[in-house]
Order: sequence, then C-alpha cells, then structure tokens
Amino acid sequence: MAGLELLSDQGFRIDGRRPHELRKIQCRLGIFKQADGSAYIEQGNTKVLAAVYGPHEIRGSRGKALHDKVLVNCQYSMATFSTGERKRRPRGDRKSQEMTMHLKQTFDAAIQTALYPRSQIDIFVEVLQSDGGNYCASVNAATLAVIDAGIPMKDYVCACSASFVSDTPIVDISYLEESSGGPELIVATLPKSEQIVFLEQNSRLHEDNLSKVLDLAVKGTKDVHHVLDQAVREHVSQVSAFENTDQS
Amino acid sequence: MRDTPLSNCERDFIRKAITENLRLDGRVPYDYRKIRVTFGIDRGSCQVELGQTRVFAQVSCEVTVPKPTRPSDGILFLNVELSPMACPSFEQGRLSEFGVEMSRLLERCIKESRCLDTESLCIVAGEKVWTIRLDLHALNHDGNLLDCASIAAVSALAHFRRPDVTVAGDEVKIHPLEERDPVPLSVHHMPICVSFAFFDQGKYLLVDPTDKEEKVMDGKMVIGMNKHREICTLQITGEILLLKDQVLRCSNIAVVKVTEITELIHKALEHDRQVRASGGKFGFAESFMPEKLTVNHMETEDVDPGEAQARILQELQESDDTDEEQSHITHYISCFVVVKAPGVGTLGEGGRSTWEVDEETQAELKTEQTATKKSSQQPEGRAETILVDSGDSEEEVTVVMEQIDLEKVGKLASRNGTATLKPGKSSTKAAKKKKKKKKPPVV
Repeated sequence: MAGLELLSDQGFRIDGRRPHELRKIQCRLGIFKQADGSAYIEQGNTKVLAAVYGPHEIRGSRGKALHDKVLVNCQYSMATFSTGERKRRPRGDRKSQEMTMHLKQTFDAAIQTALYPRSQIDIFVEVLQSDGGNYCASVNAATLAVIDAGIPMKDYVCACSASFVSDTPIVDISYLEESSGGPELIVATLPKSEQIVFLEQNSRLHEDNLSKVLDLAVKGTKDVHHVLDQAVREHVSQVSAFENTDQS
Repeated sequence: MRDTPLSNCERDFIRKAITENLRLDGRVPYDYRKIRVTFGIDRGSCQVELGQTRVFAQVSCEVTVPKPTRPSDGILFLNVELSPMACPSFEQGRLSEFGVEMSRLLERCIKESRCLDTESLCIVAGEKVWTIRLDLHALNHDGNLLDCASIAAVSALAHFRRPDVTVAGDEVKIHPLEERDPVPLSVHHMPICVSFAFFDQGKYLLVDPTDKEEKVMDGKMVIGMNKHREICTLQITGEILLLKDQVLRCSNIAVVKVTEITELIHKALEHDRQVRASGGKFGFAESFMPEKLTVNHMETEDVDPGEAQARILQELQESDDTDEEQSHITHYISCFVVVKAPGVGTLGEGGRSTWEVDEETQAELKTEQTATKKSSQQPEGRAETILVDSGDSEEEVTVVMEQIDLEKVGKLASRNGTATLKPGKSSTKAAKKKKKKKKPPVV
C-alpha cells in the first residue's frame, strides 16, 4: 500500500474530503420494538446497530451487583460479513474483548450510575459494515440508544478519531487511512464540558504533534454532537407528534 | 482466589496522604521505584524488578511460513502469562480482563509501533521467515506490572541473538551457534510504557503506583513512548474525566522518565556485554542477592528527619542545658536515621553499642576477653564438666554443665544496680532443680 497518497497536494483526501471534514452521518433512533432503546448509525461506510436493555434486575451473577451503582454490561460484536475478509469469530477474540471493555468504561463514566443501585444496564453493539472508526461509531450509536431508552446521562458521549499525515492533522479516518500505518488517535468526550472520557492512540505520533491532533479530534466530537443532537430532537418531535394524534 | 479487599481506613489514609504529596513508601509523586535489569545466561532472557514487582521475559525464534497478506515480513508474537504465583487473584489459563488489557497494551506498544524491523526477519519471501516469540511471565505483582513488563520485553529483544542464515539460490542454511556468531535483532527504538494513577477526579497524579495505590485510584493513564519523544501508545482506563492539559502534562513527565529508563537499559546491556566478553560470570545466579537474616548487605534507605531535626536544634539553642548533654544530643542528631529493609534486625551490622557500660567495667570486660581467648586455645573436647558432691541430691552424681563464674558477673551487675544474682550456689541450685524435674519415676 506504499505510494497511496493519503493527502493530495490540493488538500484532498482519498474520498475527496478536506482534512477537517467528517464523513456523512445518518442515524435513526427507536428501530427495535423489543429493546428499551435502540439506534442505527452510518458514518460514511461504517454501519453500526446498538440496542439497550435496562435498567433491570441483575441477571446471571448476583455477585457482580454493586451496592451503590448500576452495573453496565456491554457486548461488542462484529458481523462476520462486516470486514473485507470474512471474520471467523464475531466476538470473544482479543480485540473484541478489548473493545467491549473500553465501551463499558466509557459508559460507566457517562451514565448517572448512582441512580440505579443493584441494577443492570445492557448495551449491545453490532457492527454491520466496518470501514474504519468502529469504536467511534459504536460509541455514537450506543449514546443514541441510551438516550432512546430514557436512561439519564451526564451529557452526550461523542467519539471521533484523528490522524496526522504529511504534517497535517486529519479527522474521522477511514479504514484505508487507518491501515496505512500512520498514527491514530481516538477520543470520546462529553462535548459541552470538553472532558475526555476515553483516549486511545495507536502507532507512532511525535509528542509535539499531540496537542494539534487532540484539538482536532475534540472539535470533531463537537461536530458529531451537533449532528446527533439534531437527530434526537427530530426523533422526539416525531414521536410526540404521533402521540398527540393518538390522543386526539 | 479473590483478592483481599483494602480496608476503609487504609483507603482513607492513602487518599489523605496523597493530598499532602506523600506516598506510603516515602517517594515523591513523580518518582519511580528502584529498577533492576538483569540478564540470564541464555540470550534473550531478562528479568526486571521494579521495587517488588518482577517480570521475566524470554525471546525465542523459529522458522515458519509467513502470513499470506504479508509475505516478506517476519512475525512477532507476544504472549503474557499471569500465573497465581504473581498474585493469588490471577487465574491460571484464560486471561482475565486485566490480563487482556495488559496484553493488548503491550501488543500495541511493541508490535504496532514497529519497534522491531520485521522485514529483516525474512529469509525467503513467501516461504520462510523468522517468527520471534516473546513470552512475558509475571513473577510478583506489587503494582504497575505493565511498566515492568514493557521494560523486560524491550530489554529482552535487544539482548536476543538469532542464528545466522545464508541463502544460496534455493538452498537455505541456518548456521548453528558453533559455526557462526548469532546476529542481533534490528530494534529501531525502545518503546517504554509509563503508568500514571489519578486520584480525586484527576486532581492528583502519581507515577508508578504500587499495588495498594492501584486499588485506591480513580483511573489510570498509560503512555508508551520512546526516547525520541514519539508516543507509541496512549490509553486512559478507569472512570475519570480528564482535560486536555492534564494529558499534555502527563506526556511531558513521561518524556523525562522514558529517557532515564532507556539509559538504564543501555547500561545494563553494556554491562552484560562486557562481562560476557571478558569471560566473567554472568546470568541470573550471579545477580541474585539472597535476602537472608545473616547477610550483611541490605538496601538501606535514609529517612529524612525533616522538620523534627530543625526543631530540636532550635530548642537546643534556646535552652540552658549543660554542655555535656548538648553535645550528646547533637551527636545523636548528626547521625541520620537509617531504615533497614523490612523484617530484618541489625545483626552483623556492627553499629554503635547501646548498652550503657561505663569505663571501669569496660576495662574489666576487655581483660576478661583476653583471658578467655587464652583459655580457649586449650584443646577443646567436650565441655568442661565439674563434679559437685552435695548431700541432699537424690541423683547419683550431680554434674554442673557450664561453670559460669558468677562472681565477676555479680560484681559487674551490682555496680550498675540492676542484677540480683548471687554468685556460686544459686547456679547449682537452679541446675539441680531442673534435674529433679526431669528425673524419671523410680520403678
């Protein structure tokens, strides 16, 4: 893959975006009737489904019950058809386990856990098509699903990735840009207060560039927040419109 | 086995101490514990001690078929073993959540940062490449296993030598060790992980947390960096919310720490190389220091008397004590307090005698010592036994095993006014009493 120009001289990336532009985000809330909350998000070619059940009584091991907080149980799974080559293990391999832990940690920090002691909230995330930014899309989808379920959170949790190519920081990287070996910085924040909930970085990035890339990623999360907020407001207005017509 | 939970008072104590910039083992917040890097006899085996935390790394190589997607790249395989030897809460077999996290972080830090040049491991493209296998075993867990493991991994990779290979057309010849010297791996850079523990929602920060501090912390950040200031991996775990400048501050601290540690590794490698070249003894057996009670060498740590010393000096200057007492006290103060390693007495250290023996008795003791030395030059057989004939004993023969000359001891003791021993008779009476108790019943 050497020789693939990630950033052209005119400042365009492979898919025609500018360095600071996000991919197109389309999302829907409330797609499953069975789940308490559900959402579907498309970020460019990455498509992720999320479903939330809860808060309900602890199932399985009673020993894990926390006396003062809710137990957040996550499951991250990638469909076998989601990647270019068929995946043999949809869940349970190292990377999926790591992703599950990161999701759990992110939502532990964002959900107001003190409100539901001795209870459990399940968050299930399924990646239908993977084109880079899996974690970011999963977090965004799960945020929408948790909002749809009516579980109180401190703020939206929005995630965005960023990289550094040819002395320019670029935001929301796709699979091609990821696998070219450049650095990848993934950040999840609470957009209003700009507090970082989760931060992860792969491959080598020089310390001097850390600040620039981090800034761009945080700005990216703010843009994502804007889009998600619009979607939530639209959904709420539609749902309440239906309810109003029912009553009349 | 479940870990014993930390008690509430321990938690509160640690938290409160951190707010005052103090740690349990006396370190400042940004200090590492003592790091020791030792190498074994086999190339590629390395043990790292970070305080009490110990990790052992072993590198081995094998010729295999490369991955189909990357036909001209060698393979680096990393394996982390957390056995119950390190901590009873670790389970043998499947890695726990903590193990998976540690394993993934090390993989990202070492594999994905490309510290090892995998293209140099290729023998025949598409058919044969070297697979380098790095096994990390946790031997003792006293906090911060990850940092210790990363240092061990990097040192082991730098220490390892693989057999030399020559490719002549279709023939591939792997030279055994006797024929050609083994070749080192090409390590581009040394990525080292630095762990930070956060307390009180990111307000307080500690570097290199111990086991107890890890149980109390709110969250943790790991920065993997090399000495060229390139960040190889960065991850925040736990339920803390951080701000951007906190992250940048941590990366600045990490730069300093990583340069120090890299220097230490280079020194250890150089030392090992010199010892091997000069034909001296090398390996783990040489570098272990047995922690026995009778061994004189112990790591001592100065305890800073701090404010107390200054206060005492001040009081002395203000007080009206006599000169003698003053000089006595200032002499004590001038010796710094030294803390020995835990659980060790001061045997064999030969410190200042603290028994208050005045000069007269000291002189007498000295003459006695010279006298006993002369007597001990006599041929030593059994201990001297003295037969004492006393009428009221039921024993056939009363034997006094050790004739202690209590006269002298009595004199010495009575001068100090402490002893109540009477010379002579009482010793035999005590001996007789003991014997009467042991006497078997008369049949």
